[in-house]
Amino acid sequence: MEATRMTVTVRVNGREYTRAVEPRLLLVHFLRDELGLTGTHIGCDTSQCGACTVLLNGEAVKSCTVLAVQADGAEVTTIEGLGDLSHLHPVQEGFWEKHGLQCGFCTPGVIMTAAGMLAQNPNPTEEEIREGLEGVICRCTGYQNIVRAVQYAAEKMKGAGAETEVAAAGADASAGGDA
Amino acid sequence: MIPSAFAYERVQTVEQAVRALQANPGAKLLAGGHSLIPLMKMRLATPTRLVDISGIRELRGVWKKDDRLVIGALTTHREIATDRVVRTHLPALAEAASRVGDLQVRNRGTIGGNLAHADPSSDLPAVALAFDAVFDVLGPEGMQTVPIDGYFLGPLVTALPENSVITAVSLKLPPSGTRSTYVKYPHPASGYAVVGVAAAARVEPDGVIDFVRVAVTGAGDVPYRAQAVEDALLGQHVSDDLIREAAAHAADDGSISGDLFASEAYRRHLCSVYVERALRKVLSRG
Amino acid sequence: MATVFGKAVKRREDPRLITGHGQYTDDVRLPGLLYAAILRSPHAHARIRKIDTSQALRHPGVVAVFTGQDIQGKMGTIPTAWLPPDSGIVTPPHHALAVDRVRYVGDGVAMVIAEDRYTARDALDLIQVEYEVLPAVVDQEAAMQEGAPQLHDEAPGNVAFHWKVGNFDPSAVQDADVVIRQRFRQQRLVPNPMEPRSAVADYNPATGEMTMWLTSQNPHIHRFLLSGILGIPEHKLRIIATDVGGGFGSKIPCYPDEALVGFAAKTLGRPVKWTEDRREHFMATTHGRDHYDDVELYGKKDGTILAIRVRATANMGAYLSTAAPGVPTILFGLIISGPYQIPYAEADVYGVFTNTTPTDAYRGAGRPEATYLLERMVDLFAREIGMDPVEVRRKNLVRAEQFPYNNPMGLTYDSGDYHGALHKALEMAGYAEFRRQQEEARRAGRLVGVGVTTYVEICGLGPSQVAGAVGFQGGLWESAQVRIHPTGKVTVFTGSSPHGQGEETTFAQIVADRLHIPVEDVEIVHGDTARISMGWGTYGSRSTPVGGSAIALATERVIEKAKKIAAHMLEVGEADVEFEEGQFRVKGAPSRQVSLGDVTLQAYLAWNLPPGVEPALEGQAFYDPSNFTYSFGTHICQVEVDRDTGEVKILRYIAVDDCGRVINPMIAEGQVHGGIVQGIGQALWEGAHYDEQGQLVTGTFMDYAMPRAHFFPTFETAFQETPSPHNPLGVKGIGETGTIASTPTVVNAVLDALSPYGVRDIEMPLTPERVWRAMKGAQEA
Repeated sequence: MEATRMTVTVRVNGREYTRAVEPRLLLVHFLRDELGLTGTHIGCDTSQCGACTVLLNGEAVKSCTVLAVQADGAEVTTIEGLGDLSHLHPVQEGFWEKHGLQCGFCTPGVIMTAAGMLAQNPNPTEEEIREGLEGVICRCTGYQNIVRAVQYAAEKMKGAGAETEVAAAGADASAGGDA
Repeated sequence: MIPSAFAYERVQTVEQAVRALQANPGAKLLAGGHSLIPLMKMRLATPTRLVDISGIRELRGVWKKDDRLVIGALTTHREIATDRVVRTHLPALAEAASRVGDLQVRNRGTIGGNLAHADPSSDLPAVALAFDAVFDVLGPEGMQTVPIDGYFLGPLVTALPENSVITAVSLKLPPSGTRSTYVKYPHPASGYAVVGVAAAARVEPDGVIDFVRVAVTGAGDVPYRAQAVEDALLGQHVSDDLIREAAAHAADDGSISGDLFASEAYRRHLCSVYVERALRKVLSRG
Repeated sequence: MATVFGKAVKRREDPRLITGHGQYTDDVRLPGLLYAAILRSPHAHARIRKIDTSQALRHPGVVAVFTGQDIQGKMGTIPTAWLPPDSGIVTPPHHALAVDRVRYVGDGVAMVIAEDRYTARDALDLIQVEYEVLPAVVDQEAAMQEGAPQLHDEAPGNVAFHWKVGNFDPSAVQDADVVIRQRFRQQRLVPNPMEPRSAVADYNPATGEMTMWLTSQNPHIHRFLLSGILGIPEHKLRIIATDVGGGFGSKIPCYPDEALVGFAAKTLGRPVKWTEDRREHFMATTHGRDHYDDVELYGKKDGTILAIRVRATANMGAYLSTAAPGVPTILFGLIISGPYQIPYAEADVYGVFTNTTPTDAYRGAGRPEATYLLERMVDLFAREIGMDPVEVRRKNLVRAEQFPYNNPMGLTYDSGDYHGALHKALEMAGYAEFRRQQEEARRAGRLVGVGVTTYVEICGLGPSQVAGAVGFQGGLWESAQVRIHPTGKVTVFTGSSPHGQGEETTFAQIVADRLHIPVEDVEIVHGDTARISMGWGTYGSRSTPVGGSAIALATERVIEKAKKIAAHMLEVGEADVEFEEGQFRVKGAPSRQVSLGDVTLQAYLAWNLPPGVEPALEGQAFYDPSNFTYSFGTHICQVEVDRDTGEVKILRYIAVDDCGRVINPMIAEGQVHGGIVQGIGQALWEGAHYDEQGQLVTGTFMDYAMPRAHFFPTFETAFQETPSPHNPLGVKGIGETGTIASTPTVVNAVLDALSPYGVRDIEMPLTPERVWRAMKGAQEA
């Protein structure tokens, strides 16, 4: 059937985008194909792998299981907006410091999941971190250094206090299209 | 994995949702979407229209009303798992909600969507059965209530009236002093329950069990109340032997089925093991 | 400057990957890009009676639809590139789209090209295919039975090849006190790198040039093969594979799908992109393992192992994938005696066609299969003669003074200290103490067990002469070019093609170490056939020993040339100059010196070069190793089995690996972690299962259990360093050791835990039900 396109306005990484989309357009395809934000990846079809995880209104969600139209009026943070090289988010920094990635494909989703996890639980135990990573699959690292990376970030965020709250509104205009 | 095309509308009231369902055969409700969208991507579900109810504010929240805990249909698993009222009055529900899917899914998935979807391996149905859940439902004929007893008709099939919307689920609070829990054996791939057990019990000072509820999910085509286990326990003195003997009846009330990961025989066995574990948690001190 | 060789330098790859600025194949966007989708057979075996594409073609947004008939004669078939000698191998034609018959669920039937992904997907549903379903066979032993459905006319009895190797001789085992016989099942696995396969092809009809972005572990091999398939001369075909999201062997092969994307772009004159979804990956990307192994071990009561024999039947799937025939033969049979002094060994291998997804290399490729059966047999042997399994290993391991050591298959192990690694691992694990605790635990009704694996791995593939001798249709050397720019910054071009292994960092460390410059001044270029002259890619743990060695040699050549220029500048003979701390110094008069930077600038200015020295400063090397190199080590695992449910809990995991000199311990440790998890995945959770009709029952992450973070404790890892004597870096491979060692380690630990029940074997994966049934069966028996 032919479905009419609908206009959606989504605030992504602090910048507002308005697009006419098919209702069936998945948020992940909206980000990748419409906005060119290809840092968010697709690793499976069944909401299992978490590679597509972004923050939707501050909460970690799998963007392959959200329709773009459902995000109308919402705030989305992708890996591109979490932090940039001159100002890395503590989780990104942890992944670099602790060798939390190898091929890097699952990494954006894992980082966003971890950022979402720490926002909900700033002092996780190792067990809580591992449980919190239940919704991501990494085939390379064996997870141990991912756990270390999250621990590093938790420690760092504790030190810095509220200052390093998820930089949801981080002004990353360079990666996106026009508004 | 791409869903087939459909029309989409966002509604502001439950009445609008019901009218949209009535006007569009082939339409489906969309809440968190975490049950429906994966099916649509596989093209196992091909609704022609999605009616998005997620913006209806009054369908969210948890409150106590008389002897029941009322949970708005759009309340997410995470909200339930972390809700103080739930954790205080119905820890089994908080535990079950905290075991649904994973962190991302719990942020998005809702109790109404979960129970309407009626996946036979889902966690919440066990708790709903154990605490006499009642659905508040708005349909073309107006408001009505649908009891949990007889609600699960088969995998993904419920007794929910056509073109209706669950607005809230209420669970009956057990008598004070009751302990409750949810234990689960998750499938290593999907995270769904191979066997999940909700149990609640109260033991009088003299050691006699005067309240008990046990329900099992995951093991068969539909979740079920383990009546035989309850019967074996109610009015009896707590003992190790009693728990073991009662747990042996864990599969009696279910239509247990097997799959590649766990055969029927093994699932029956797991039912007993997990019912026993759940019972030990709620009956461990007098 | 302090050396950076051996230091945990943070990865150069990471800044782009942690900020979302990597460029994987599906991230490539081109103007006018079209999208492909592939219709796949829903039947394991069927004749195609008729395909009607008219409705799909009429669908708005659809640009073209191709069927097997449409491409016949317009593009080549998909080749097999490893042909083990004396094996009678047959390679029936593998068409990119099935012409008249489909042979597995997932076999390509038609391809749609459309203006966007969604339309391409929709159009698949509009293609009508009439099939005549044929009987299917999914099990290799069943396929060899008389009367089994036949897949290819060229392969009667479905036998693709029969290969035998070894020196076994019945008279050699006359002294044997015991013979252990056991059958093992190596289940089928799905590689599942997190990045699905993908291809983007862009053809310029005016120049005849084709650029393809590919998810590839070996872009030059892909260029070589695709050039033939597509009829595009090699110098007009460019393959780019810079950011690749893991491979584990599955991105070695040349697939029909990527070739079709190239064909479509060439035919339509517009760029085309195709990306598999995960369900397609399960169906149409090569699988791994899938053997039956019938094994015999001959030994003496004192623990001496006299001989080992295996008869293996390997499931090759419906067609022979690119490197597939080499996996259950060369990479398996030659190493079945492992790290032990076993004088006699034999491997007898059948490769068999079935109506399943083709198999090929999967992390470890052949070596995990060999190590698994050997380590399992050693434990069974130890049990039989009543000796501690560690003692049996200690007794049979090749001793340090025996290197180089010739194994019975003719391989020469280059170097090793097997007992050293074993000792270190036992210390870390507190083995003796654990055995005592185990007794107590058993008395308390707990089932705890320990497994110990000592392994050796063929890695650093390999000398090209050997490649030729074993039927590999390619070379196994590697190229490197090291270019010092006028400003002193360095670009290195390597034929290795890392896709997660971190060689942009470790290779930079090699060069920075030799040139005494900051590691930040070295850039590693890989994965682009237009920038790198030639390469054989990344697999078989070869990148560091072969590709890294090539870089070391090329760097030495640069230094040699620079030294000539420096001597000229210092007005001394070349023999009087040495390179230290980034300076060329006159021996004996170190104050007379010129820096590498000064020399470099002079090399480019070329105002005053010594006679016979050409301008500029770069070095090239094509390094062909003289031997494989052999990593080894000891892994130990402690487990507890839940008596009620059969669930296995990993209590501790200890790994001591020796991969020669370690360039970057952080990265090497990461490789070990990942390998361990992947190997334990095989032991406990992963397994692809077909039903009798050839439907893949475990076709998504909902049913195929991938290892997750909460399945594991923190691993305890350490390295021992025994340099390889034959490459300039003294390095060996580390990418596959964890996978090779961990599978038998965990299974032996579980069986040790169950030893009170006398359980000999449980088929992998050791799901709770299988473990529970093994306990129950033993109790009832």
